[in-house]
Amino acid sequence: MEYHVNGKTIPADEEGYITNLADWDKDVALEIAKSEGIEMDDERWEVVNFLRDYYDEYQIAPAVRVLIKAIKKSMGPEKGNNKYLYELFPYGPAKQACKIAGLPKPTGCV
Amino acid sequence: MSDVKKFLYVNRKAPYGTIYALESLEVVLIGAAFDQDVSLAFLDDGVFQLTRGQETDEIGVKNFSPTFRALGDYDVTKLYVERESLEERGLTEDDLQEITYEDEDDDWAEKPSIRVVSRAEMTDIMAQQDVILSF
Repeated sequence: MEYHVNGKTIPADEEGYITNLADWDKDVALEIAKSEGIEMDDERWEVVNFLRDYYDEYQIAPAVRVLIKAIKKSMGPEKGNNKYLYELFPYGPAKQACKIAGLPKPTGCV
Repeated sequence: MSDVKKFLYVNRKAPYGTIYALESLEVVLIGAAFDQDVSLAFLDDGVFQLTRGQETDEIGVKNFSPTFRALGDYDVTKLYVERESLEERGLTEDDLQEITYEDEDDDWAEKPSIRVVSRAEMTDIMAQQDVILSF
């Protein structure tokens, strides 16, 4: 599949993960979010930006339990828990937020 | 927790040129979800996987060496490196990147994950395992 953003075509795999990391920008993120039925707000951007930073540092998209633990460490337990993150991203904080962040599918997700 | 087994992933090949090193690391990350007692061993050319300052732009493949630093997040905290393999290649521990984990049982103190061991110690480590996967 592909996304159309500002007159550009962004290629993605059959599940909607963009193929080329360098294609990503905020507008692409908004378009992916729209197709996921997600409205981006400050809380959701915070998670998406966190994932992008994690990828920058470690070159992987973390598994969900690793993401939750890492968010707990950096933002505190009120955000680093299943309930909060699944409310933001109902189809899975790692899977869905990674997609919006323009990252590959998390390692360990099938 | 009586079903916990000791898994050792043995890495013997250079990081690039074949897919073994990257595949091993991916299996480790995926397998980490199963809450087993996981260790990694680096010997022969496998010790090159942990060297610092890897730069892969010229060979057109992803530099995955930063991912080793995420292993602590996955509760993989034992990376055994064979001293003789380092020495045979003119390397010392200082040529390896720093990899740490936070010890939950010690107020989250940061501790090194890499443990350089002798060939004889590596033999003992292997003898203690339930499962050995070789890459």
